[in-house]
Amino acid sequence: MRLRLVHLYGDLMNLYGDRGNIMSLQRRCAWRHIELEVTQVTVGDRVDPAASDIFFFGGGQDREQETVSRDLAAGNGEAIHEAVDDGAALLAVCGGYQLLGRFFRTGEGVEIPGTGLFDAYTVAGSSRMVGNLLIEGDVGGERRSLVGFENHSGRTYLGEGAAPLGRVVVGSGNNGQDRLEGACYRAAIGTYLHGPALPKNPWLSDWLVLAALHRHLGEGAALPALDDSREVAAHAAAADRVRREGNVRTSIR
Amino acid sequence: MDPRLTLALLAGRGASWISRRFGRGGGTVLPGHVVPRIDPGALHTIASRLSAGSLLVSGTNGKTTTTRMVAQIASRAALAPIHNRSGANLMTGIVAALAAHSDLSGKPQGDLGIFEVDEAHVPVATAALQPRVLALTNIFRDQLDRYGEVDLVARTWRHAIQSLRGDATLVLNADDPIVAQLGEDARCRVIYFGVEDTSIGSAQVPHEADKRLCHRCGARIQYTWSYYGHVGHYRCDSCGWRRPEPAVRIISASTRRDGGSDLVIDAEGTRLEVPLRLAGLYNACNAAAAVTICRSVGIADEHIVGGLAEFEAVFGRQERIAIGDGSIILSLVKNPVGFNQVLQALFGSEFRAPSSESEARGGESKIPELGTRDSKPETLLVIAINDLFADGTDVSWLWDVDFEMLAGRPLKIVCSGLRAHDMALRLKYAEIQNEVVDVEPRIEAAIDRAIHAAQGGAQIVICPTYTAMLAVRSELQRRGAVAPFWED
Repeated sequence: MRLRLVHLYGDLMNLYGDRGNIMSLQRRCAWRHIELEVTQVTVGDRVDPAASDIFFFGGGQDREQETVSRDLAAGNGEAIHEAVDDGAALLAVCGGYQLLGRFFRTGEGVEIPGTGLFDAYTVAGSSRMVGNLLIEGDVGGERRSLVGFENHSGRTYLGEGAAPLGRVVVGSGNNGQDRLEGACYRAAIGTYLHGPALPKNPWLSDWLVLAALHRHLGEGAALPALDDSREVAAHAAAADRVRREGNVRTSIR
Repeated sequence: MDPRLTLALLAGRGASWISRRFGRGGGTVLPGHVVPRIDPGALHTIASRLSAGSLLVSGTNGKTTTTRMVAQIASRAALAPIHNRSGANLMTGIVAALAAHSDLSGKPQGDLGIFEVDEAHVPVATAALQPRVLALTNIFRDQLDRYGEVDLVARTWRHAIQSLRGDATLVLNADDPIVAQLGEDARCRVIYFGVEDTSIGSAQVPHEADKRLCHRCGARIQYTWSYYGHVGHYRCDSCGWRRPEPAVRIISASTRRDGGSDLVIDAEGTRLEVPLRLAGLYNACNAAAAVTICRSVGIADEHIVGGLAEFEAVFGRQERIAIGDGSIILSLVKNPVGFNQVLQALFGSEFRAPSSESEARGGESKIPELGTRDSKPETLLVIAINDLFADGTDVSWLWDVDFEMLAGRPLKIVCSGLRAHDMALRLKYAEIQNEVVDVEPRIEAAIDRAIHAAQGGAQIVICPTYTAMLAVRSELQRRGAVAPFWED
């Protein structure tokens, strides 16, 4: 079996150990004898919806994000949407998540359009929400906790067409108000969880791969189990620490 | 005599005494809180009385080492330095250092202030000290939870540069485009240092490079050579912006068998041959920064070379400790670029591989590799990761470190600290065999293992984050392996 992972703007949007997400997908596929071919799509390249099974879109700095948002508007945004409507899986973290919403409103009130994959919008905030983030949500029909770290000033609000990824147990999540975190549309997930998100939450990693497999092999496809003792131990240790210590707040000076 | 200043300094002494007496640290910070409470202008007043002025050094990596190199050189040149040696590099640390080294009238007992300053405190330190030299060495992603993105740090530095005196000198790393671009805004003299030995580095730009787009025109920057991170040779084909020509250039850097390195530096036309006791390209860059800073305040080359030649590793930066038949190398890690350099220096082959010619001349070779297949004594690597404020509370940076280079080596690895499990998971995805990786969150227990192995003749490498380092040091100290106190 062969799956194709498209790393969106990976050269410009790669903060916070994002490549750990790619490693998680890659190794977990390899351990199951699934070949995962990784290609980079960056400014000027075109996304081919038919050749994209899983997308990964990381976070970036403001300047890079502006460049990427212009490129998305030039066709790649629609191509990503088309692939997701056809069953492709997607994980977008932080800046990537914001760019796939309907718009981002800056502090000056200017609305930068997003691709609208997620029915969500983001408003610039004056303070950053930084710290450990623990949420609980439904992953592939099972109640799971997801643990990571968040670092964002944008406040994201979901519309009718988007479901949250989970409810915040410790941390701020989408906006620090409604206790919701992330957005889901079909097999696409947007989230503020980095840390990176997938290695310590292997069930989320597997869910993305499974969604991509379903597209090729139909609903019956399943993944063989792996020895996840290191993953589970790291998840439990981090989740425990967050529950005990709370959200260790730090400030940007 | 200024009674207010004197009162402030008296209170500072008291605070320092209390802090030492009751074991709340070495008195390197508390006076820094007390003195400005009483006399907010104390720092400026004392600093302005330094006959040779002040030098400021900042940057993500290497500021402690660079500052101490400069202090060592200054001492040889018979300039009495006042220096925040302990790496207490917030404003409080600088105030405390000045207060501790002045008499009660506020007259400094030294000629030259040499201060390392935290990246975020560069503007306030520059305004208060009015330095003769501001040296900015590099910006890498580091503790995003604390500093924000690298662009944010660059922006605060831009403000600081605006407030430099007209007769000041700005020393910049030509190879770091984020730093080099700052030279454009300076209204004072700018002098660049850089590396021009292309037998080191590669044409491949590493994944952790933080600068991709030109600050002038937004086009993609072309890297023609890469040393580490985004440090290298670069240009923008769209607007013509390019790496400035460095006046102080490392023209060759090679590693000696004893773990030191030999540098040849072209300093504004003068050839300097500098033997260093430290390994690693990053230490060569620290030395080039020190050369540039010292020359720009008129220190003679003989003192510069002499000072660098006798320079010993800074606390916890490639520090070597002998134990039984073995030894422990202690190396602080705090961000991906720094960690990669430590791994390269200790386990990789960063500098040129020995050619038969240089072998014949004797001496030049890459660092004796640890953990190579034929190395007899086993190598034990202890990685201790904490996530407290001083370490950075976000451990995602571990995924930007190239642990893959350790795969397949006959190493034992112990993961320790509050985030031991995160570390072990990272190693699993670097495809390092599960059997060679142990998790021991308690640092004291990990140190037990390390000392036991060292006594059996093993080579030990300990890579801790900042607060883990303090715990490691105090454990080693408790067991008599290191001196009970240290000035660092």
